[in-house]
Amino acid sequence: MSKTIKATADDIWKNKVEKINSELFTLTYGSVVAQLCRDFHNDYVQVNAQLERMGFNIGIRLIEDFLARTGLGRCQSFKETAEVVSKIGFKIFLNVVPLVTNWSGDGKQFSLVLEENPLAEFVELPQDDKASRALWYSNVLVGVLKGALQMVQLEVDVAFVKDVLRGDDATEIRLKLIKVLRDEVPAGED
Amino acid sequence: MSYYLAMIGTQDNPIYELEFGSFRQGNDGTSKFNPEMKELNPFILHAALDIIEDVQWETNTLYLKAIDNFYGHLISAYVTPGNVKFLLLHETKNEEAIRHFFTDINDLYVKVLLSPFYNANDPIISPSFDVKVKTLAKKYL
Repeated sequence: MSKTIKATADDIWKNKVEKINSELFTLTYGSVVAQLCRDFHNDYVQVNAQLERMGFNIGIRLIEDFLARTGLGRCQSFKETAEVVSKIGFKIFLNVVPLVTNWSGDGKQFSLVLEENPLAEFVELPQDDKASRALWYSNVLVGVLKGALQMVQLEVDVAFVKDVLRGDDATEIRLKLIKVLRDEVPAGED
Repeated sequence: MSYYLAMIGTQDNPIYELEFGSFRQGNDGTSKFNPEMKELNPFILHAALDIIEDVQWETNTLYLKAIDNFYGHLISAYVTPGNVKFLLLHETKNEEAIRHFFTDINDLYVKVLLSPFYNANDPIISPSFDVKVKTLAKKYL
């Protein structure tokens, strides 16, 4: 199964995705984050929230594009979701494949470990302590994951736990399944 | 042998400075400028800026070689396309090594410039830049 996933992803990446210059992409994201920091006067908690909101708005659109490109059906388990997010989602949009690891015992939590992060190339956080403690530079990814998964009826809690920019040994995003949303019949319909 | 490196922004403002010594011939990389010289170093390099402004338009290369001297000390210069100047005060002539040193520093400078939190002409306070410059100094000088 995992082999076919990889093959599909490679195929889509090669043939169906429009690519842009990575420096243009990195610098564009960088200036967005830097501008947010200026706008919120270095209130990094606010900046994180704002990035997540932006990501959420991207995610709820991106999932449609993702499903259209891949033609994938519904995942059977959260484990499969994890594989698809990492091996196809990240692959076709960012051309990186984060490692799926640190599963919790109940199979409802896992981590995505990014070996390289295209968003954060060249970046050095501001030299004040506040930034390296509070700012999650790539927090837009959190929003994207939340938004995209919510559109396929998965309510998840997503958060960065580590970032190499802060001096950690890896960049790690933690995902936690809260519940599978059911299609609810609007009140008064039945 | 001792060296003094300064990077000067486009407004003639200093953005980075480093004093270091050679690792060659059993030296340990600490500079051996005497105290009077230490105080004079920044002035000597800033005095050379006028000469750079004359010389930089007469050549197509970024590396301007030794452009000035001060009582046996030579001053080599490198001007980036964005008009940031790298100046090195040194004691002996060593054009090739200094050329490589400057070119690699320019690469490092470009990386710093690409960081979204760095504004042009700000002082460079990144510790990793500092470490990398010192590595280059060890490698070439």
